[in-house]
Amino acid sequence: MTTTEPLPFPGLKGVPTTDEKQTGKDFTSNQEVRWCPGCGDYAVLKAVQSFLPDLGLLRENIVFVSGIGCSSRFPYYLETYGMHSIHGRAPAIATGIATAREDLSVWVVTGDGDALSIGGNHLIHAMRRNVNMTILLFNNRIYGLTKGQYSPTSEPGKVTKSTPAGSVDHPFNPVSLALGAEATFVARTIDSDRKHLTSVLAAAAAHRGTSLVEIYQNCPIFNDGAFDAIKNPDTKADAIIPLVQGEPIRFGHLREDGQPSKGIVRSATGGVEVVDTAEVPEADLLVHDAHVDDPTTAFALSRLTDAGVLHQSPIGIFRSVERPTYDDQARAQITTASAGQDDQRTALSSLISGGDTWTVI
Amino acid sequence: MTKQVKQLDRVIIRFAGDSGDGMQLTGDRFTQESAAFGNDLQTLPNFPAEIRAPQGTLPGVSSFQVHFADHDILTPGDSPDVLVAMNPAALKANLPDMKPGTSIIVDSHDFSARNLIKAGYAGNPLEDDSLADYALTVVDLTGMTVAAVKEFGLSRKDAARAKNMFALGLLSWMYGRPTETTTAFLEKRFAKSPDIRDANITAFKAGWNFGETTEAFAVKYEIKPAPMSAGVYRNITGNLALAYGLVAGGVQSGLPLFLGTYPITPASDVLHELSKHKRFGITTFQAEDEIAGIGAALGASFAGSLGVTSTSGPGIALKSETIGLAVMTELPLVVIDVQRGGPSTGLPTKTEQADLLQAMFGRNGESPVPIVAPQSPGDCFAAAVEAIRIAVTYRTPVMLLSDGMLANGSEPWQIPDIDELPVIDPAFATAPNHEVLDKDGNSTEDFWPYLRDEETLARPWAIPGTAGLEHRIGGLEKGDGHGNISYDPGNHDYMVRIRQAKTDRIADSLPPLEVDDPSGRAKVLVMGWGSTYGPIGAACRRVRKAGLDVAQVHLRHLNPFPKDLGEIIKRYDAVMIPEMNLGQLSLLIRAKYLVDVVGYNHVRGLPLKAAELAEAITDLISTTTGEATADDAGTSSQDKESVR
Repeated sequence: MTTTEPLPFPGLKGVPTTDEKQTGKDFTSNQEVRWCPGCGDYAVLKAVQSFLPDLGLLRENIVFVSGIGCSSRFPYYLETYGMHSIHGRAPAIATGIATAREDLSVWVVTGDGDALSIGGNHLIHAMRRNVNMTILLFNNRIYGLTKGQYSPTSEPGKVTKSTPAGSVDHPFNPVSLALGAEATFVARTIDSDRKHLTSVLAAAAAHRGTSLVEIYQNCPIFNDGAFDAIKNPDTKADAIIPLVQGEPIRFGHLREDGQPSKGIVRSATGGVEVVDTAEVPEADLLVHDAHVDDPTTAFALSRLTDAGVLHQSPIGIFRSVERPTYDDQARAQITTASAGQDDQRTALSSLISGGDTWTVI
Repeated sequence: MTKQVKQLDRVIIRFAGDSGDGMQLTGDRFTQESAAFGNDLQTLPNFPAEIRAPQGTLPGVSSFQVHFADHDILTPGDSPDVLVAMNPAALKANLPDMKPGTSIIVDSHDFSARNLIKAGYAGNPLEDDSLADYALTVVDLTGMTVAAVKEFGLSRKDAARAKNMFALGLLSWMYGRPTETTTAFLEKRFAKSPDIRDANITAFKAGWNFGETTEAFAVKYEIKPAPMSAGVYRNITGNLALAYGLVAGGVQSGLPLFLGTYPITPASDVLHELSKHKRFGITTFQAEDEIAGIGAALGASFAGSLGVTSTSGPGIALKSETIGLAVMTELPLVVIDVQRGGPSTGLPTKTEQADLLQAMFGRNGESPVPIVAPQSPGDCFAAAVEAIRIAVTYRTPVMLLSDGMLANGSEPWQIPDIDELPVIDPAFATAPNHEVLDKDGNSTEDFWPYLRDEETLARPWAIPGTAGLEHRIGGLEKGDGHGNISYDPGNHDYMVRIRQAKTDRIADSLPPLEVDDPSGRAKVLVMGWGSTYGPIGAACRRVRKAGLDVAQVHLRHLNPFPKDLGEIIKRYDAVMIPEMNLGQLSLLIRAKYLVDVVGYNHVRGLPLKAAELAEAITDLISTTTGEATADDAGTSSQDKESVR
């Protein structure tokens, strides 16, 4: 596991752990997985099932909540507690679970339609409140379950069943949106890169607060090849901008001297831009720091993502900062109010007998 | 001078003024004084939806009606005996409710030409003879208030604001109310601003003394305390009682309460109240919208809390999908609908009971939801406890239908002994409940989340953190028993029927209905639900006083209906159902029992009027038995004119 956070993870504080050895099989339910052959969801499920044992948590204290969509079938396949809820509402339902119970590790599985269209409101409010949960946003840039309409992350001009003349919708960039909502942990990873996906999951779980993880996920039926640029061995070096904590941001095919050909520098307009590393000194390259409280640079980096057909995208942890969580604070208010009080029945009796009373004999 | 003291058995006073004049506070204090004195009482606040509607205009008028008596009463009263009008608009807006011969006390201070025009008066009604039919007393309440509080050096505006306390003092004198509770209240309320505190107390006392010394009022009145059954009482509004009922249900079930909600009139006070009671382990979550409010509440229920959401009709529309999910996942959830005038935004601050069919049917699919309704402000407590009992016992969302009149109205409430409250057992599942054979033929144990209790048909509630009972639920159809996704046609048919059967099974736990038929000879039954209990009861009393027989039954449970309801209906030749809608309970009763009930329906945003209803009942008795005429109920011709 690659995370810099100390054990036990702050994100999982309060969740009971076990010393018993767990395997991916312990987290696999007896339900037959029913995604289309070749769907990226299989890879993510496998990665999650084999990653969960690393957390060392009691399985019964893990809850997966999903909305509606292909990816939202996810909870059925995990041997944990789970709820496959209704379209777009998973962050709201998970907020109730996470606030009610400190001892649960709460995960939301959602897609680009579920999270960004019908559930957009719940998503941004969960992130601004910073409820302690990890949101896995499977982004395949298409509506799969309803058979192929454009989604709020589809590229402009997208020709689909509902847009035969091309979509005239401008898409959301989920990372930009999350940063705009002041999410405290925002990352992007890829379904097919198990190692990177697992490292991001670990960091997200370690984070206390809402972690938003966008997972680029291929839909082989309705949007096949949407992420080819970042998956194809010939093009991925120029397409993936890796964000590595403490490292200068460099990417691109290798120069003759073995160094990446491209780098990121701050631009004169206040954003960031891609430069040829041969033309700028290494010291000018932007060193990635996800722990900066100001989200401005993270937002600028998120804008390097193509809104249209994907040819270039930063991958990694954009932002990871600390802020008190909604659920911790809500529970603390209850703890404070309950400290040293009478038992509940006595208190109830005096509550309802409060105010101006009179006695009839 | 010596004042004459006149005995009365009951009085209805309405305080009316601009929405910034503090009429709600004035009425509330007068109510508390009357409660402390020992009268029975009912109140009806009536205020605009606008926080500060344009000053001095008709839409900006706010009023508070209090009915108090030396005997038990059921309604806030149809029309006031006394109107206190603080400005021309308050006079104009409320005059249509005043019968000839009643009293009107007017603050003359604001009757300037400008204010008269604002209120739509062509001339000054205090100076022409348009109010000749009333016992009119014109007093410069504001002027006297400003003079009385001069010593505190307040600005003229601040000084004038104490005029409501002057008016309260005057009325308190007139009806012999005890003053200690109001003085103590003002001391506490304005503790941080001694000048304002002293000015208000001084204005209150000055109002009292003015009544005592002026010749304008020759009579004071005495309304003796009402006999009530022994116990400790307090005055309580419906929303407060409802919130206390939720707290009590939480304590009685041992479950932490989780309120997920979004502010909406007239339900917000439930949120405000519960947010004060964190010491009971109560979480109040003010969500981003109605949908998130109920979503979080359902999530909390899944996690083992008692999920509650509170709203009004427009919010129910938004929550419908999640209520359906709660039906499918069979989790406890209490959904509070404090009904208001609809459709759409409708009349936010006015009362109505037109959400019954929404509660009953407002979801996709066959989606049965139990419905519970309180019948009076104080009864909101018991109704909330009952809603929680059903939700937890039967693992189901329960709709609790209050309304604006119950929410803001108040009455004396006998404080219950908490030892008498039902104990509610969440009975969480703790162990596997099903035997399975593995592939080697060995028996092992498994947990089936949809294996039902034989008596209640409820499914087990296994909460996260319980080892070995990990399971997944959701909105897709469940296979009977094991709870995995099932598209099997026969299974779906079975599951639809079993969810309905579970709801119907609740009737097994309900007590027999109480039919009020004092003579036992009634041919006509009047049936109601919710806040119409008071007006229906008062109307039945009038009818009986006129020598006729009528029976009354009131439903706390609208779904399922109590088991004996059908048999009770059959005992009577005619059934009338008064409702503040166009006949929603009528529709349900006709459909279920094939009885052609007679509707009595008003949707005026106000409670039904007992006198008008009494006439309608009398008419029905007359047509049913051929024995009576409408005039027997002793209602005046004025009442009849207002029947539409």
